[in-house]
Amino acid sequence: MYQYDQVDRKIVEERVAQYRDQVRRFLAGELTEDEFRPLRLQNGLYIQRHAPMLRVAIPYGLLSATQLRKLAHIARRYDRGYGHFSTRQNIQYNWPKLEETPDILAELASVEMHAIQTSGNCVRNITSDEFAGVAPDEIVDPRPLCEILRQWSTFHPEFAFLPRKFKIAINGSQEDRSATAFHDIGLYVRRNDRGELGVRVLVGGGMGRTPIIGVVIREFLPWQHMMTYVEAILRVYNRHGRRDNMYKARIKILVKALGGEEFARQVEAEWRHLADGPGTLTQEEYDRVAAHFVAPGYADATQDEALFSRHAAQNPGFARWAQRAVQPHRVAGYRTVVISLKKTGVPPGDATAEQMEAVADWSERFGFGEIRVSHEQNLILPDVRAGQLLQLWEEARKAGLATPNLGLLTDIIACPGGDFCSLANAKSIPIAEAIQRRFDDLDFLHDIGELNLNISGCMNSCGHHHAGHIGILGVDKDGEEWYQVSIGGADGSAAGHGRSAIGKVIGPSFRADDMPEVISRLIGTYLGERREDERFIDTVGRLGIAPFKAKVYAAPLGRNEAVAHA
Amino acid sequence: MPDTGQAQIIRNGAVVRDGWQVLRPAAEAPLGIGSLPAGPVIVPLAFWTANADALLARGEAAPWIASHEDPAVLAPWIPRLGLIAVDFPKFTDGRGFSTAFLLRSRLGYQGELRAIGDVLADQLFFMRRVGFDAYAVRADKDIHKALQVLTPFTDVYQGSFDNPVPAFRRHRRVGPEAGKAGS
Repeated sequence: MYQYDQVDRKIVEERVAQYRDQVRRFLAGELTEDEFRPLRLQNGLYIQRHAPMLRVAIPYGLLSATQLRKLAHIARRYDRGYGHFSTRQNIQYNWPKLEETPDILAELASVEMHAIQTSGNCVRNITSDEFAGVAPDEIVDPRPLCEILRQWSTFHPEFAFLPRKFKIAINGSQEDRSATAFHDIGLYVRRNDRGELGVRVLVGGGMGRTPIIGVVIREFLPWQHMMTYVEAILRVYNRHGRRDNMYKARIKILVKALGGEEFARQVEAEWRHLADGPGTLTQEEYDRVAAHFVAPGYADATQDEALFSRHAAQNPGFARWAQRAVQPHRVAGYRTVVISLKKTGVPPGDATAEQMEAVADWSERFGFGEIRVSHEQNLILPDVRAGQLLQLWEEARKAGLATPNLGLLTDIIACPGGDFCSLANAKSIPIAEAIQRRFDDLDFLHDIGELNLNISGCMNSCGHHHAGHIGILGVDKDGEEWYQVSIGGADGSAAGHGRSAIGKVIGPSFRADDMPEVISRLIGTYLGERREDERFIDTVGRLGIAPFKAKVYAAPLGRNEAVAHA
Repeated sequence: MPDTGQAQIIRNGAVVRDGWQVLRPAAEAPLGIGSLPAGPVIVPLAFWTANADALLARGEAAPWIASHEDPAVLAPWIPRLGLIAVDFPKFTDGRGFSTAFLLRSRLGYQGELRAIGDVLADQLFFMRRVGFDAYAVRADKDIHKALQVLTPFTDVYQGSFDNPVPAFRRHRRVGPEAGKAGS
């Protein structure tokens, strides 16, 4: 993975000093709360319900064992012993003290990490494919371009005060594992007919109040021009994006207002001034960064395949876990393992310091000391020998990290919700837990099959509810927490056959207590209607929402019979 | 608050006294070319374009650009202008950064480029990079303290007006485990 050189190190160290001084000035009364807010936000610090929340960047979801141990140490030393992995491949600490946040940043800097631009109206952490470099379906490894764009966007002087936050995703595989089309800029790394490297450029995707799938403005942009082209997009957006209404300030609103074609024309006109200028990426720099991502020294592990088969045959519990958690790898005898952070009773995406340390240890013993974080809020060990999967499973079970539910209904994506977040209208975590308890029968869960269930506590959509096969959105009604349900969303991954779609709301919202029953009725409808190996999302696609809606609203729910609220 | 004409600004990295007066006429009391106050004045862009010849003849006059305005409007006068101001109505309104970049990089403006309005210490570094060389720090803030944080970073990754050449073209950056990267 990428290692800092003297340039990177100096910038991050100077950032720590700058932030320390900003905190000092705020505490000394030299900066008002309004003046300090954008400064702390650009360093990932929110003021939440109970305490500040610090969001630390995990660039494109990549961690070393050393870094993960540091995250565990921070959880223990500065927080309450755990952290929350978010849908943007970051980690959030819910209980740090404002006065100690400069020290946390100094700790992070010591392992080449930071919290730069993890919030605020600026270019956020670049997200990518959690299986980059090991996925068999990969066309081009996106990590070099991710790192190059990370550096380009870090403290870009012109784009630190955009109309609104700005999220970029880069995906280089056949399968889109990054919800790329839901980003302000989505880049698909591709090769053209002549084998040349380039990116397909989408703009204006997003979730939030106005969910939109991004539109293609460039089918193929040669790789050298990635940064200048992104610069052109951002300049058009910075100058013309709306600033009068924060709900209409994302780039998607500008793209929609102008139309994709006109927006593309303006970008191209701006880009003509930049193309082939000094911002153009050089082969030398691409090679320098790419050299950090060369494949590790894999052993000849072909014989592990037979061992793995034997282990699975002898141990049904292991086989069931492996069926979900173990993913294919491009090297024979190796597998990629997804560690579920979705155990019932634990908030989705949460991990304790001890669990982080355990995963860091496994990454060294069963791999090359590398860990990934997925937007589904799970951890990944990218390079595990197939013959060692059984041993890993046994240890993961002891650590409470072997829940065999990857990609199934209980592998719920959820934001921290109203328990922590001051933006939320409603809680997410108890809803996730109630649903997980309802579907605690593993055989039933496996019979239901692939299903993405996503929960957001408010319209900001951190829980990606629009893209869930089942999406749940917390809404506020006269001070009470209600939940709106949508079905048919898809994030572009193979679980939804590569489609990106926005879920449709099935009808009036529900009380928290009724949510497990609502989900049961949706699943009941699916099981009654499905043909052969159709997934939930397929049945919704074939029949539309009508039969699901009819079944959910047919009989009164719970004691309140309160489904009639609009 | 009204500009007194006696304010201090940061110019070329030092705190200096400055006599330019920024005129922000209310809608009900528009400026008249015959009734401008004495001394150096910075006038709204629309007033400049409507009265450019008279203002150039008067001397000691310069335009200021609002955050929503297009700096390209000034193209005909760029070579003759010694001062342009760019207004930041709120420091979170970042349009002025692009305005400055375009004035310098696209329109070739070489005179003084001054940030006015809600100009705060922690924006100065970014302002400097996109081409500002003068900063009318908000009057209630300590301008000397602002000057201390003008340069929080000694290196930057990406090009902008101050140096269009990104770090990867300026440095001989080392690869992984320097010396072993032969793959």
